[in-house]
Amino acid sequence: MPSLKDLKIRIESVKSTRKITKAMQMVAAAKLRRAQEAAEAARPYADRMEAVLGNLAAGAKNSASAPLLLRGTGNDQTHLLIIATSERGLCGGFNTNIVKLARGHIQKLLAAGKTVKIITVGKKGREQLRRDFGSLMVDHVDLSAVKRVGYENASGVAEDVLSRFAQGEFDVATLFYSAFENVITQRPTAQQIIPAVVEEGAETDALYDYEPEEDAILADLLPRSVATQVFTALLENAASEQGARMSAMDNATRNAGDMIDDLTIQYNRTRQAAITNELIEIISGAEAL
Amino acid sequence: MADTMQFDLVSPERSLHSAQVTRVQLHGEEGEMTVMPQHAATLTLLRPGFMTVHEGGEVHDYVVTGGFAEIGPEGLTVLAEQATLRADVTTDWMDRVINAAEKAALDAPDDNRISLNQRVNHARFLAEQLGIKSDI
Repeated sequence: MPSLKDLKIRIESVKSTRKITKAMQMVAAAKLRRAQEAAEAARPYADRMEAVLGNLAAGAKNSASAPLLLRGTGNDQTHLLIIATSERGLCGGFNTNIVKLARGHIQKLLAAGKTVKIITVGKKGREQLRRDFGSLMVDHVDLSAVKRVGYENASGVAEDVLSRFAQGEFDVATLFYSAFENVITQRPTAQQIIPAVVEEGAETDALYDYEPEEDAILADLLPRSVATQVFTALLENAASEQGARMSAMDNATRNAGDMIDDLTIQYNRTRQAAITNELIEIISGAEAL
Repeated sequence: MADTMQFDLVSPERSLHSAQVTRVQLHGEEGEMTVMPQHAATLTLLRPGFMTVHEGGEVHDYVVTGGFAEIGPEGLTVLAEQATLRADVTTDWMDRVINAAEKAALDAPDDNRISLNQRVNHARFLAEQLGIKSDI
């Protein structure tokens, strides 16, 4: 049976933990709003880009002169996985879910005899994957100094990936991130970015004049589209991370509250027992006289 | 005939300008052009240059570093790599743009290099027009 003093100390410590988790939840809520706004603001560009690319690519996909980024290298022996996670922990299952999806993917590819290369973005995913797949990692992008993800960060990642592709280091690139649905739900997602996936049936209602020719526009647009997709993924990730942290911290705050209630009841019972004990001692002492 | 059209200028990070405009002048890859309402549907790449937006009586001057413009039945959408108001351009910003263009030209495979080198020249020319002395 813990003493009254022990219980009191315990209650105080849980209370201060609750304060911290509550503060983290509120910070995450504020950051989430900003991250959501950023994701919202970037959407028109990404949508437009996808629509234009869809129109262009639908026509060019089967022509032999189409850029490699669209056509692919013709085989799928080497896969590059870009796994985007967060730089900080304490965000529930956010990182684990992305890593779990990626891990399944890697194992499937390895079992099929493919070569796998991994680029990690964000410290947490790297830590989780290093033990099993450390030898497959080719690069790591550190965003810990970045407060708000900007387009430069994404285009930096994209440039690296594109130059690797140009040097023939891989055939297929897939991007792993967590899509933000709402505060409760973040969906881990795998998205193939090279060769570009073109939505079928994206028929244009207007016939466009192209300046310069379609192929030249495609060659310019495809790398940019890779950067845009990486950027979208990073933004979604940022929002998801904050969302996950918010609900994780909300849970933690609630658990701490429950714990405090339990401990307080225990504390009061112990106190009552001690008082009763003392009374019994006094009464029996008086009776003995 | 409609005398205005929808104009949207968006960068990867956010939407910069969205309004009904009367005409827009921009630098396409194959030359300068003015887009007015009812323009033929066109898709053009942009080279670094000015973009002048006439919105009613107001005139907005932008500097665009590249990207593309889509002219459709509903209006004009410019997807700019980077864009900023002409008045807000700084030497620093321009230097970064030129640097990025040069780096892209250096890294590019041979068949792309010519057009990318042109882009560097356009960026340099743009800096000159802006009266910015670039030290690179």
